Amino acid sequence: MSGQTAIRMSGLGGQGVVTAAHIIGSAAVIDGKNAVVNPFFGAEKRLAPAESYVRISTEEIWDTGEVLYPNIILIFHPDVILKGKSYTMPFFSGLRKGGVIVVNSERTITFEPDERSMLEEMGASVHFVPATSIAKNVGGTELAANMAMLGGLIGASEIVSMAAMEEALTERFAGTKKFVASGTTAALDDQIRKQYDKTEKLISSNMNVLRASAELVAGRGI
Amino acid sequence: MPDVELKPVSTEHLLRECQREEVFITGSEAVREAIRRANVDIAVAYPITPQSESMHLVGDLYAEGYIRDYFRGENEFAVMSEIAGAAMAGVRVFTATCGPGTLRAFENFPMWSGTRLPIVISFMTRGINSPLTIQPDTIEMGMLLDTGMIMLHAENAQDLYDMILMSFSVAERTSVHIPVGVFVDGFFVTHTRQKVKIVSEDVKLLPYDPTHSPVPTMDMETPPFRYMRDPFVMKSNYISYAAHASWQQEVMAAAERARPHIEAHLGSFVEQENPDAPIQVVACGTAVSQGREAVRMAREEGLEVGLVKIKVLRPAPREEIRRALAKAERIVIPEFNRTGWLAREIASMIPNNDRIAAGPRVFGGMTMPPEVIVDVIKGDVLVGV
Repeated sequence: MSGQTAIRMSGLGGQGVVTAAHIIGSAAVIDGKNAVVNPFFGAEKRLAPAESYVRISTEEIWDTGEVLYPNIILIFHPDVILKGKSYTMPFFSGLRKGGVIVVNSERTITFEPDERSMLEEMGASVHFVPATSIAKNVGGTELAANMAMLGGLIGASEIVSMAAMEEALTERFAGTKKFVASGTTAALDDQIRKQYDKTEKLISSNMNVLRASAELVAGRGI
Repeated sequence: MPDVELKPVSTEHLLRECQREEVFITGSEAVREAIRRANVDIAVAYPITPQSESMHLVGDLYAEGYIRDYFRGENEFAVMSEIAGAAMAGVRVFTATCGPGTLRAFENFPMWSGTRLPIVISFMTRGINSPLTIQPDTIEMGMLLDTGMIMLHAENAQDLYDMILMSFSVAERTSVHIPVGVFVDGFFVTHTRQKVKIVSEDVKLLPYDPTHSPVPTMDMETPPFRYMRDPFVMKSNYISYAAHASWQQEVMAAAERARPHIEAHLGSFVEQENPDAPIQVVACGTAVSQGREAVRMAREEGLEVGLVKIKVLRPAPREEIRRALAKAERIVIPEFNRTGWLAREIASMIPNNDRIAAGPRVFGGMTMPPEVIVDVIKGDVLVGV
């Protein structure tokens, strides 16, 4: 466990929680680290809870399955917190001391007093990132919200390099080998490709989303 | 057809001599990469999560020309019957299923062994209803222990890749010629992306030679085709008993004869870390990975703990387990199922089996936190009751 960074991503089906995990895991491997990526979901349907887990380490990674004690938590939709649309309740359960939480939300969410004191006790730093609007404004599609979330994560932790992210994105969307996580994921990949007339545009737009979001989080000096 | 002409090579050459490339792929993709090089004649598919992606990707190989025939069966029972038919006809086959699909198809598995069919099948283990779950759980393995098939359990995608490729050469030996099941924990491996070393794309296994079959292959030119003879089907008498006794022992002996061929590829049925430690964690599949992390954590706390990874369940690794646990004072057996079938297996193999702590057990889909295994290592919690 020592030296391992464990990330838990919670969101809703269709938001790209699984794809985000895949891309950041690939980027970590491109950076020369070890990574293990697990997606977890029930019957696949849009807006149903979906989670994915990424373990990154310079050492060998043995354990697998859901991350119970994350260093980093990404919340892809406010409903995960506000409506409990999640496998993990409360959303910060198991967060390690001094952990980082990035929430996709247009506005700051006011937590209940007990939640606030628990977060303070954990020494957690919580970042609210308007990932969906960044995706829309910078990338031209809400489908890039997952990239904005990864941008927020990189802004807060610099866990992978931007160069590796670009290579991982290219591998996933411009590679010659079609990626299949499931039939639904393949359909969504085709959907995002349709949003851009050229694959290079897809990569550059997504990188812009990533940078915009990273700068926003890093610039806040959190 | 594949872009390059694939050079047929022996299993030994393919697994040991060929250049390998490290890729970051899921377990399902590792199945595709193994089958790409396995020179399979027919694959039959039926979807069930978390197996579906594997046979979907095998279907892609058919579209790319790596497999001679591929279709979706009517259900799992049909798939396993169709696979049996193809194997009886003397071609190399592959299929996969899991959980409820395994149970639906169950009648076929002992029939495969009894018919001496060299089928390679992968089980991406999943929980069995009810309550409904699509998540990882190894309960079906306990149910398959006495079907006569050889059973290998992969810890990760690398094991899965290598075990599928080696299985054809074990199953297809004249002296063996029984099915091999390659088991892997659904989701924990199938949907997990990890580093896997795969061999170059320009090779494939040598084809299956049906003339090496110890029983006649099905041949429509020489009817009637039978693998059972009428007298002992219909009568309750000594001949019926004797036929079953001799034939079933022959099938069991075939599994025993597979030992050196399995060892040739896997080295040994079990692998042990820190064999002199008084506490030993014994596991197979994903539970090994969780156990490795638990052992690392326990050692950091100054505890002396070892790890026994079981790679082969059938033929049973009796001698290997007895040797590995000869000096153990406490034996911890973490399992991803409710029944604790691995603990029962181990208990039947070793003397003084009150040394066993038959747990922890997690099932229905949750992961097993290494912290929970550490609690059992320390003896802080009661398990297996």
